[in-house]
Amino acid sequence: MSTQTLTKTPGPDRTGTAVPRHAPRRGRRSRTASAASHAVLVVASLVALFPIGWLVFLSLGPDKDDYLHPSRILDTATLSNYSFVLQHTNFLKWLGNTLIVSGGTTVIGVLTAATSGYAVSRMRFPGYRKFMWVLLVTQMFPVAVLMVPMYVILSDLGLIDTYAALILVYLTTAVPYCAWLMKGYFDTIPMEIDEAGRVDGLSPFGTFWRLILPLARPGLAVAAFYTMITAWSEVAFANAFLLDDQKYTLAVGLQSFISQHDAQRHYMAATAVLIAVPISAVFYLVQKNLVTGLTAGGTKG
Amino acid sequence: MTVAVERPAAASGGDRGRRPGPVTRLKNAYHKHWYAYAMIAPVVVVLAVIVLYPLVRGFYLTLTDANSLNSARTIGVNHIDATYTFVGLDNYADILWGPTSYDRFWSHFIWTIVWTAACVALHYGIGLGLALLLNQKGLRGRTAYRMMLILPWAVPTFVTVFAWRFMLADAGVVNTTLDAIGLPSPAWLEDPLFQQLAAIMVNTWCGVPFMMVSLLGGLQSIDSTLYEAAEMDGASTWQQFRNVTLPGLRSVSSTVVLLGVIWTFNQFAIIFLLFGNTAPDAQILVTWAYYLGFGQTPRDYAQSATYGVLLLSLLIVFTSVYRRWLNRNDVQAAI
Repeated sequence: MSTQTLTKTPGPDRTGTAVPRHAPRRGRRSRTASAASHAVLVVASLVALFPIGWLVFLSLGPDKDDYLHPSRILDTATLSNYSFVLQHTNFLKWLGNTLIVSGGTTVIGVLTAATSGYAVSRMRFPGYRKFMWVLLVTQMFPVAVLMVPMYVILSDLGLIDTYAALILVYLTTAVPYCAWLMKGYFDTIPMEIDEAGRVDGLSPFGTFWRLILPLARPGLAVAAFYTMITAWSEVAFANAFLLDDQKYTLAVGLQSFISQHDAQRHYMAATAVLIAVPISAVFYLVQKNLVTGLTAGGTKG
Repeated sequence: MTVAVERPAAASGGDRGRRPGPVTRLKNAYHKHWYAYAMIAPVVVVLAVIVLYPLVRGFYLTLTDANSLNSARTIGVNHIDATYTFVGLDNYADILWGPTSYDRFWSHFIWTIVWTAACVALHYGIGLGLALLLNQKGLRGRTAYRMMLILPWAVPTFVTVFAWRFMLADAGVVNTTLDAIGLPSPAWLEDPLFQQLAAIMVNTWCGVPFMMVSLLGGLQSIDSTLYEAAEMDGASTWQQFRNVTLPGLRSVSSTVVLLGVIWTFNQFAIIFLLFGNTAPDAQILVTWAYYLGFGQTPRDYAQSATYGVLLLSLLIVFTSVYRRWLNRNDVQAAI
């Protein structure tokens, strides 16, 4: 997988460096060293997997206190929690809401992040450094300063309790980072491609849209994923800006579930697993692009 | 994401600007800038409306004594106008020097610093270690390891925190295991010290994959001939690490550490979801500000916003110092 990402990188000198890596000399390390690194990696993987695996395991237990007596679950494992959550709660409604919000955020967010990233990467315009600085500073804003005034503005605009409000708010958190990410990625695409496009009579927008965007797919995938997970798992704003429980996103829905079924942790565990599945699936679709997409700009030049 | 800021832009601006005559150049420049502004316009507009304006308002709130009892609000059909008054810098003075300011601000401030330093150090250290292991030549099962190791990133934070709450509960799996191997089993979610440890632990678990993947990208971009040359010169593994790997990672590291500090400093979800309002000692400044503004009655908007402004200024000061420090060390950072 990693050699694949290596050769896929559009950078000019990467493919050259990938070849001598297969030289056998350094690969032939001592047995103990290799065993030790496998041991560390296995332990680390277990640590990474365990909490999620445990949650899945607990979600199979039919009783609300099973999380305290995990050995009981082995004999009584059942999928009844899942069928309960799917049939008797608002889960599907919330899933639909979350899909609308995170889908909207992703589409708009990636497009705007890509255009501004391209502008910053290719065009030196007055205010360019300030713009980069603003993008960084925006990420520093604590929730606490913004929430009350945002609430006021959104209610003035009549957007409280709508999906548009959440999409707007998530865009402000996701787009600055993604624009930065995309700028880094565009920096690795050679200028000659733009120039060729211009020579052939494309406008800057045309160059961007027809030539550069298709080349930037790995970067776009990472940006899309980042935006999506931001929207999918944000709690604080969604909690404050959504009032109607028919409009809840999953993150808020799970919270309301906690107070509603106070002790019924088996349903909550099942819900949590159901929430995690789609986004993790998306994650694994883009993951082979993560390494190149994330650090492309950071490692060049 | 970082460096290479100069190269492409300069190549476009410089080369193409110089070729045609002055009139065309002006026209070109106008066109170029026009496109550039059009392309960043959506971001600028949204940021201005949804971030800048609230920030200005939030800053104004810090100069007042606004809370949920004297702010404008609508109860049923009655609209009540705001009655809060301008109090100047009283909020800042009260938070920084007022009575019990240690309990209200400085203890949280110290804990926030400890939390940020500990988490970023752990993220970076573990992330770098795992990235180095994954980057070894001829490692079997690299893809499988990487898939498993980035799982904590793939799962939404509120779900993982939820899983951790199960595990850290009094009779949960962590304590059962500790008991079984004869170690003391602390009250992770109740005892102040262990709450802090639990928070750092969970945040480390969540944050390592990002560092690992970023650093792995950095490692893969280091020219392998450098290692060959070092090996030829008889450099030990440690010397190769010190003199080839670390310098090669410098630009990636400077960016991810900066982002890590900013994100950890403002890490709201983990502490909030792990403890709710039950852990006054484990609240970092962000969650504490949220508690003041939303978690208590009456809600103290002014103080909450003041904490927010203090937080933001701390981060801006840190970033400026960090940037200056990087520039002195000849690292062309992102900013």
